[in-house]
Amino acid sequence: MVIFMAKVMGLTGNEAIAYAVKQCNVDVVAAYPITPQTVMVEVISEYIYNGEMDAEFICVESEHSAMSACIGASLAGARVFTGTASQGLALMHEMLYIASGLRCPIVMGVANRALSAPLNIHGDHSDMMGSRDCGWIQIYAENVQEAYDWTIQAFKIAEDPRVLLPVSVNIDGFILSHCVENVFVLEDDVVARFLPPRKPLITIDPTNPITVGAMCLPDYYFEVKFQQFQTLNESLKVIREVTKEYESLSGRKYDVLEAYAMEDAEAAILCIGSTAGTAKEVAKGLRREGKKVGVVKLWVYRPFPQEDLIKALGDVKALAVLDRAFSFGAPFNALCSDVISTLYKYRKDIRVFNCVYGLGGRDITPMEIRGIFEETLEIADTGRLKEYVRFIGVRE
Amino acid sequence: MVKLHELSTEELFTSGHRLCAGCAAGTIMRMTMKALRRPTIVVNATGCVEVSSTPYPYTSWKVSYVHVAFENTAAVAAGIEAAYKVLKRKGLYDKDVDIIAIAGDGGTFDIGLQALSGALERMHDFLFICYDNEAYMNTGIQRSGATPHGAATTTSPAGRKIPGKPEFKKDLIGICVAHGIEYAATASPAYWNDYITKVMKGLEVNGPAVIHVFSPCPTGMRFDPSKSIEVARLAVQTRYWPVYEYEGGTYRLNIKVPQPKPLIDFLKMQGRFAHLFQPSFQRELEALQKWVEENWRRITILCGEKT
Repeated sequence: MVIFMAKVMGLTGNEAIAYAVKQCNVDVVAAYPITPQTVMVEVISEYIYNGEMDAEFICVESEHSAMSACIGASLAGARVFTGTASQGLALMHEMLYIASGLRCPIVMGVANRALSAPLNIHGDHSDMMGSRDCGWIQIYAENVQEAYDWTIQAFKIAEDPRVLLPVSVNIDGFILSHCVENVFVLEDDVVARFLPPRKPLITIDPTNPITVGAMCLPDYYFEVKFQQFQTLNESLKVIREVTKEYESLSGRKYDVLEAYAMEDAEAAILCIGSTAGTAKEVAKGLRREGKKVGVVKLWVYRPFPQEDLIKALGDVKALAVLDRAFSFGAPFNALCSDVISTLYKYRKDIRVFNCVYGLGGRDITPMEIRGIFEETLEIADTGRLKEYVRFIGVRE
Repeated sequence: MVKLHELSTEELFTSGHRLCAGCAAGTIMRMTMKALRRPTIVVNATGCVEVSSTPYPYTSWKVSYVHVAFENTAAVAAGIEAAYKVLKRKGLYDKDVDIIAIAGDGGTFDIGLQALSGALERMHDFLFICYDNEAYMNTGIQRSGATPHGAATTTSPAGRKIPGKPEFKKDLIGICVAHGIEYAATASPAYWNDYITKVMKGLEVNGPAVIHVFSPCPTGMRFDPSKSIEVARLAVQTRYWPVYEYEGGTYRLNIKVPQPKPLIDFLKMQGRFAHLFQPSFQRELEALQKWVEENWRRITILCGEKT
């Protein structure tokens, strides 16, 4: 394995994504500023206005137009990036489905933030969870390093001719978007070799005219959507291939999920995003006390890595699934629903409960996570589940 | 102005589309395609032309054609324009490309106005054509910001209390010109060479250009499908639809109407205005007539003509 010497930069999540976008030789960026993503587009604007990045920046008048312009540019064959959060993602919602339906390999950085009302600018996953079935590949980063690494890998995954689907790289609002970390960055030429200029299969090149976005009635629509459905599910294979190639040049190992201390774990926490870091730290302490606990962190939330999850869970008896968003009126919240659906197919014996935490940016503390682990261990021990859904740190 | 024998005989908008009999929009699309100067991409909003010209797996378009959604045609066009600009700069594409965005009045006056305003303000190099049939005809004749006062639609019906749309039509050209663009024009398909010449001019302009063309709709305006061009001509000859252009700071009245035909002749051809001829709705009829007179006066003043 060849590990390239890398330099270290102090970057926030927003800056790390912007830096990756610059290195990825993106052609068109269309974006609208929104807290906590704002710095992402500010830094990209600086790169372009200072001549450090040769791209067209379309400073659109709304997120809806941002995604619309991205779709147009992507159809023309350009490598395209946008970033958003919260209300902006919600405003894009209609276009997210069209981006995936027209098979546009757009990459989008999302600084996850709560949805109104009431207004709140802080981090939770309500925004992306609200669009979880929009046909995009959805990746959640745990820290700033991952945000950087996944952004580069996202273009490679999206543009693979076996995929041709948009990818969102999610970072927890403020917790990652505004937090400075030391980030190992690759040299420009290493990224350029990993990610050569986009070679689109089909474009709207008018010298070879095609019609895109035709109206499909009941006689064809189902087949078109079925192809999209299959492609998204099959993209896991490509994602894994890309992470292997990326590992060979960065030395950093990625996959569709990370299993931490899961080998002989009896109780585990499953979560996405920055909370996984805290959970792993708490698990480390509990392991020192001899408690058999582990953590499963999904990097890839869509397509949902069912078989990998089952493998990662090993012999776990009890599992707490942490959701940072409500699915109002649903039996379980989004992430937990997906986990339980997967277990129903493969492992009905695992006892699962759902913890909702951290809405509107409320901190989740190591003590709270320790409490969740202890409860999970108790369930693993007794096999008795007290509550299916719990709320961590809320004043009821 | 362009002459008939100068136009290409090639049809880039082909027959076989599913527009209603007598639909002027089909004629307008065909004429638009006669004005092209080089490889062109058409970006079309959801609407009559879109649903009728691209029922998968068929298409009426022999140019590249993109439909994304209803309200964002100008934004999609902006993205395409930006993409070709940068791909050319990077040596990844080597041809000049024209981009024409096409939307109905709903996709322009109402739901599409924000995206249009943004694209005009950012000065993308594209031509935006609004074919205005004065209501949401595709979904079955609902009122829009372009529907004239008094017209009956399914959401502004000729009721016993409220006889048709109470509000008046928006000034689209005024809105567009206020963005500081170089070229904007109105047109009518009855004056084909005026329209095609304007499309040519709009493509020639370096930056955004807007053309607002009247598109009589036999189904929604309720007239004999054989009379579409006659309705389009009467609209001009009664001063209902002033044909003028704005070019680099100057307004010009392209079709002078020194002796206008009575507006009544235009209104009486269309079922959407039939209720206005009941004596009880005389006031609405007069209000529409007054609006037409004032609109004409305003535009002739802009164009430096005697009113």
